[in-house]
Amino acid sequence: MTAAQYQLSDATRFSVSALRRVGTYVLPFVAVAAVWQFASLFFPPFLFPSLVDVFWRFIGIVTDWAQFSDVIATVLRILAGLAGAFVIGALLAVVMAQSRAAHDFLSPVLTLFQGIPALSWVVFAIIWFHGIEPRIFFIMVMTTLPAFSFQILGALQAMSRDLVEMVMSFRPSRIKLFRSMIIPAVLPDILTAWKVNLGNASRVVVVAELVGATGGVGYELLQQQQVFDMAGALAWTLQLVFFVLIVQAILTLIERIAFRYRAVSERSL
Amino acid sequence: MTSNDSTEMAIRLDGVSKSFGKPGLAGAYLAVDNLDLQVAQGQMLALLGKTGCGKSTIFNMIAGLTEPTEGRVTVDGRNPFRDFDAFRGRMAIVFQNDRLLPWRTAIQNVELGLEILEKTSEERRAIAQRWLETLGLRGHENDYPHALSGGMRQRVSIARAFATNANILLCDEPFSALDEMTGRRLRTEFVKLVKENGKTAVFITHSINEALEIGDRIVVLKRPANIAIDIPLTPAASQESKEAIRSQIQHVLAA
Repeated sequence: MTAAQYQLSDATRFSVSALRRVGTYVLPFVAVAAVWQFASLFFPPFLFPSLVDVFWRFIGIVTDWAQFSDVIATVLRILAGLAGAFVIGALLAVVMAQSRAAHDFLSPVLTLFQGIPALSWVVFAIIWFHGIEPRIFFIMVMTTLPAFSFQILGALQAMSRDLVEMVMSFRPSRIKLFRSMIIPAVLPDILTAWKVNLGNASRVVVVAELVGATGGVGYELLQQQQVFDMAGALAWTLQLVFFVLIVQAILTLIERIAFRYRAVSERSL
Repeated sequence: MTSNDSTEMAIRLDGVSKSFGKPGLAGAYLAVDNLDLQVAQGQMLALLGKTGCGKSTIFNMIAGLTEPTEGRVTVDGRNPFRDFDAFRGRMAIVFQNDRLLPWRTAIQNVELGLEILEKTSEERRAIAQRWLETLGLRGHENDYPHALSGGMRQRVSIARAFATNANILLCDEPFSALDEMTGRRLRTEFVKLVKENGKTAVFITHSINEALEIGDRIVVLKRPANIAIDIPLTPAASQESKEAIRSQIQHVLAA
């Protein structure tokens, strides 16, 4: 075989492999869509609307600012809630990692919060707060805070003592210790925490908006439910699903760039 | 030795004891027992002893990572535990394993101490590059630790220690995890670098051969850590005298 033939076969192999990867990723979505479309042939539209109808409703939301601003509002509520929970959770985790007494006090409190259902937080927020935004922010923070705290605390406790001791031997300032050792060491767990909490937050925000808001995807879903508009409900739901998929893809990209130092074994698990 | 000698001594341990756990309770033990030890400026001390004799405890006290239960440790006239930050850039450690940060390339690992010393990025890069080249790692600057062999990783960790230009080097069996050939080559390079740069070094080892190759002076420890014998070595020491020292050390360690 000549070098040119080798190159050609390499290119073919790469194309086949890329197609297979795309196919593997897309196949489950295609299967779900096909089952839905098949069902739409036998059921009335208020139960299983055609995907073509759903698609045009989806496009209608994206292209109409009055409607799309509701999607933006929900997205901003999710991001603000997650950011708030992350900052508070990280601070609590650092305090718990540094002080045994703080850990013994805060850990049961966070566990208690974790056991309170999201809907209960919605009720508490409606009773305690007047404005819509403070209510939703409170709900988002309270439902995702324990997970952020425990995940970051776990990462801090799992840091290699050998590496911390090595960095400490250079006598770094507290800021330098954080920058050179602690943040890179806990970053993988922070990104995992964001990925996990993003899914939770997108579910909780809908419940919060459903009950306590006058705008946003949750509120719009309530409107669709009142007129039995399944195509509209699905189109609004898909807005949120796409947002989650986009943010997950961004987080995955950050992981690929930030963790390129990791060795890759040829043998998978 | 009088207290006036403290100005000439880089490291002093006076009546130092270190115990772990509460006396009388299960698991409590004495690791270092009333130890007096001085290391002169520019001296290379090999601290030799059996596993568990308290070598690493002495090492950690000199490094300022732990405090003695009794007695006093001073490095350049200051307490390395209480004046921890005062030793920034003045003391560097080479550990038993390389302890490279996996998220940094070889050159970024060497730059770590220089970042803490707030050198400019140009200075850091130039110094790190020079040390990597000195240790034969040209071309591997941008390799991550997982892509380097054990010997190369340990060389990066030596470069990291030398890059800060600290006048005191503490080494905790840095070549023990390497094969004999690599260990010997790195040992030779290490001794040359220490001598050329006029460093004071404390080198912990459990290998008699290593102690004989490296030290200006060998201190053999008994358990709990205290000096069993203290032997000065001259560069001109003959093979016969080294053999006599070896059998003397073997005799002490076997006791």
